[in-house]
This record gives sequence, C-alpha cells and structure tokens, in this order.
Amino acid sequence: MAATPGSEARTGLKLISPTAIYVILLLAVPLATVLIYSVMTGGRGNVSFPVTGENYYSLLNTKGGGNLIDYFAKGMPGEDPDLTFLKWIWNGLSNAVYVFVLLKSLMIALAVTLITVLLAYPVAYFVSFHVKPDRKSLWLFLITIPFWTSYIIRVSLWFVILGYDGLLDKLLMSLGITNTQLNFSSYGVPAIIFILAHAYAPFAVLPIFVSLEKVDRSLLEAGQDLGESRWITFLRVTLPLSMPGVIAASLIVFIPTVGDYVTPRLVGDGKQPLIANFIETQLLKLQDFPQGSAFAVASMLMVGIVSVGFVLLNRRFIRGQK
Amino acid sequence: MKRAPLLKSYTIFYLVFLYAPIVLLPIFAFNSGKVVAFPLQGFTLDWFREMLSDQNLRTAAKNSLIIALSVATLSTVLGIFAARASVRYRFPGKVPLMGLIMLPLVLPEMIVAMALLVVLLSIGVPLSLFTVIIGQVLITTPFAVAILTSAFQSLDKSLEEAAMDLGETAWGTFRLIILPLVMPGILASFLICFTISFDEFIISNFLGSGQPILSVYIFGQFRFPAKVPSMLALGTVLVCMSIILLGFAEYFRRRGIAKAGGKDSGGFL
Repeated sequence: MAATPGSEARTGLKLISPTAIYVILLLAVPLATVLIYSVMTGGRGNVSFPVTGENYYSLLNTKGGGNLIDYFAKGMPGEDPDLTFLKWIWNGLSNAVYVFVLLKSLMIALAVTLITVLLAYPVAYFVSFHVKPDRKSLWLFLITIPFWTSYIIRVSLWFVILGYDGLLDKLLMSLGITNTQLNFSSYGVPAIIFILAHAYAPFAVLPIFVSLEKVDRSLLEAGQDLGESRWITFLRVTLPLSMPGVIAASLIVFIPTVGDYVTPRLVGDGKQPLIANFIETQLLKLQDFPQGSAFAVASMLMVGIVSVGFVLLNRRFIRGQK
Repeated sequence: MKRAPLLKSYTIFYLVFLYAPIVLLPIFAFNSGKVVAFPLQGFTLDWFREMLSDQNLRTAAKNSLIIALSVATLSTVLGIFAARASVRYRFPGKVPLMGLIMLPLVLPEMIVAMALLVVLLSIGVPLSLFTVIIGQVLITTPFAVAILTSAFQSLDKSLEEAAMDLGETAWGTFRLIILPLVMPGILASFLICFTISFDEFIISNFLGSGQPILSVYIFGQFRFPAKVPSMLALGTVLVCMSIILLGFAEYFRRRGIAKAGGKDSGGFL
C-alpha cells in the first residue's frame, strides 16, 4: 500500500490534477479576471489602467447624478412635514439604481426562501414520521420529479397560466368573478416570488427530510414519557435537531433564486430586473466591463455574506443544544 | 406509524401544487384547440406532428444532445478523478481544491457564465457549442463529484488491498476491482449530468452565440401564442424522457448500494 505520506500526497495530487487544472483555468481565472476588471478604468468594451475604486463608489450613484453617501450625509431635510424617516430612507435607496436592484433581489430571494422552507417543513415531517420506511423513497421520488423536469418549461407554463388572458384569467372570467383580465403575471414582485417559490419547492424538502431522519426517535418517546405534550416535544426536541436541514434548505433555495434570470425576464415584461438581468445589461448590452464587474463582485459579496450568516446561524444552533 | 390525516392531506395538496403546471402539458398537447383554454376541444396529434416537422427544433434538439452527451462524459470523467482523489488520498491543498471544484454550487450561475464570457471575449475565443460545453461542465461537475464521492466511500478498502497483495498493479486494481464496483455510481452521475445539461438555460443562452439549443429555443417560442401548443407537446416528450432517465439513474444507484452491501438512505441528493 501507499508507503510514505509523501508518495500518497503525490498520487493524490496527480489524480486530482485534471479536474483541478480545469476549474483553475475555467473558473478561478475568470473569477479573478472579474475581480481585476472591477478596479480598472474603462469604456465601452475595453479596460485600461489606472487602478481605481471609482467603480465601487459609482455603485452608490443615484438617478440624476447624485450619490447615496452624499444623500445620507446631508441628513434629513427638515422643511417637509410629510417626509417621515422611513420615507426619506426609501427615497434614497429607490433612487440608487444598483443598490436598489441588489436589495430587491435580496428581499425577493429571502421571501422565496422563507415561503419554500415553511411550506416544505410539514411535508418533510410527514414523510419522515408518518410514512412507512419502505414507502419513503416513493414519496421522495414523487416530490423530486417536478424538479427534474425542465425549469424553462415549468416557468413558461406559469406564464401560460397566469399571463394576460391566460388560464387563470379565463377561469375567473368564466366564473364571473372578474370581467377584465387580472393578468397576475404583470404584478411584478408578487408574481416573481410565487413562480420562484414553486420552482424551488422540491429543493427544500430533501435536506429537511434528511435531518429529520437523523432525529433519534427514542428522544421523542423520552420527552413524552416525561409528560411533555406532543407539540412541546416537537418544539424542544425535533425542531432544534432538524435545524441543520432547515439551514441547508434555505441555502439551497436562496443561492439560485437570488441569481435567477428567467423569471424576472418573463414576468411583467421584464420591468423588474434582478441581479442576473442587470449583470447582462451591464456586461453584454452596455459592454461596461469595469462597472459590470464591480456590480458582479458586489452581488457575489452579498450572496456570500448572507450564506455565511446562514451557516453561522446553524453553528449557533448546534452549540445551543449542548 | 401514527396516522396524521391533517399532515397527509396537506402533503397531498402540496404535491398537487407542485404538479399543477406539469399536468397541463399532456392535457393541452393532445387538445385540438388552437389556444390553451378550457373547455377542451378534442383529441389530436397535430401538435406532435408540427413539433416533428419543425426544422429549427430538430437542429436545436441535435445541438442539445451533442452538448449534453459531451458534458455528461466530461464531467463524469473529471468527477471520477476528483472523487477518487478526495476519498482515498490525503494531499496538500485538498480542501481549497475541492472547495473550488464545488464552488459553482454556491455561486449564482449567471456569475459563472459572465466571468467565463468576459474572459472568452477578451482572448477572442469565438462562441460556439464548444464554449457552452466547457461552461456547463463547471456547473455539472460538482453534482458528479457528490454522487461519485458517495460511490467511492461505500467501497470496501480491504478488497483493494487484497488485489494489491495478490500482485495487481494500481491501475489493474482500479480497472478490475474498483471500476466495476463504482460503475452504478458512474452511470448515475452520467445520467444526472446529462439531465442537468439538457435543461440548462443561462450558459446555453450566453455562451452559445445564438445557436439553436433546446432550452433557449423553448424559451423563445413560448412568447408566440401560436407556438405554445407544439411547445407543450415538446414539453410532454421531455418530461417523459426525464422520468425514464431518472428511473434508470435511481435503479443504478440502488444496485450500487446493494452491491456494496450498504443500506438505502433514500434520494439522489
């Protein structure tokens, strides 16, 4: 067998080298390029020196040539009595194009994550606790099939259902509930949240199911033997023990939804661009490589920070149990 | 098992919600009405005929097949190297390298696509099916590595040691002992990477230079109401295909677990 640690290390490195070289050349180098471009000066379709932090500063630009930092530094104007503090903040943020897209994508993704996880938990709980062991994989298979059917088709189908004069409109009109087209798909943010929550629903069930399967059933019996009600046992034993699955589910839903491209394009005639659509505009249509790269880096940072937040939350939960 | 009627009805309701749009596919694919609306008109196979006679669709399907087969092969091979190395050997830089390989799982796909696109444009590589393939492999390799890692983990190390003790070379041991035992994992990885690649949209759209690729083509056609019924027919075919492929993948995965003497722990992921 592998004699010395040195030869083991060499064999291991040699074995992983094709995959490693592939990802270094085609993933690490491109990501590094984006990082470098984000601090370069540039015009349409090219980048040049000098190195600058200007692109990141411009991410805070507001419509009409201002900047968010100046806006907030000036403080709240006192003369207008109708202007509340929240409204002042909202006015600033909604005028800052880049910041607003980032925040809107974040809020939509968090809402989708919350909805999918809340809806998926009882399903995972049912399959784990109330289905016979030999039937469990059948249930899981049924839940995962929709996930494996074309994402484009699933999203486009919602457009057929919810779109202008679509199935929903025809149904509501034939029932006499409304006599004009409701056209739910033009409702921007709510429609995006609804379609994404449907598209990523099966993702959330599996990790929660896996963590529920690991819950030691004798703990539950112990809880009930000691006189706790079923509901309290659930809150104090099952729920905390399944938290790692809930966090994993949140991450699995959050990351692809925050970067979703197709749904915002379809819904509301693409008038609600999210991060991915914005990156497309910046990098492909405007060919503003430095500014687009800075935006891409900022959105990666945002996704990274939120994901690390989820992971830390998970750590705290595990520590709290001890 | 305790009965839980409330939970059970909720779960069934949830499944109905999940399947609601998919159920429409076969219903309207066989419906003779020109618009997608109830009440249904009558039974027809016209939409399937229209789908089969669509020349652009054929090109798109052919391109998607070429891409998916190449991506599945390439990422499964790359996955075998990475999974075998990470399960069997300790070496410096293992954690950051494996982290980089798995990174696309936690990165919005758009960013992977754009980063690659910016570099390809800068060094002047023309966009083609080839650039779609190299991009998609980045996305599917983490799935291949995950599936193959569990396949390699369930291997009994003593089998390998026995072969080496009996005088087999490292390569001979790999070919004669390890490969047959992880073969179900390899097939499962191939099928899953194939399915992911076949459905993939973002990289196909941005790295494909407007070449007809199935997912991009479908996305474009849904905008024209007259094209929707034949797209629903296509969707029906694709859903049936995915279910068959997944059935196979699940079968191989279970056989793999049975071969290695393990216990089934459910699902792919």
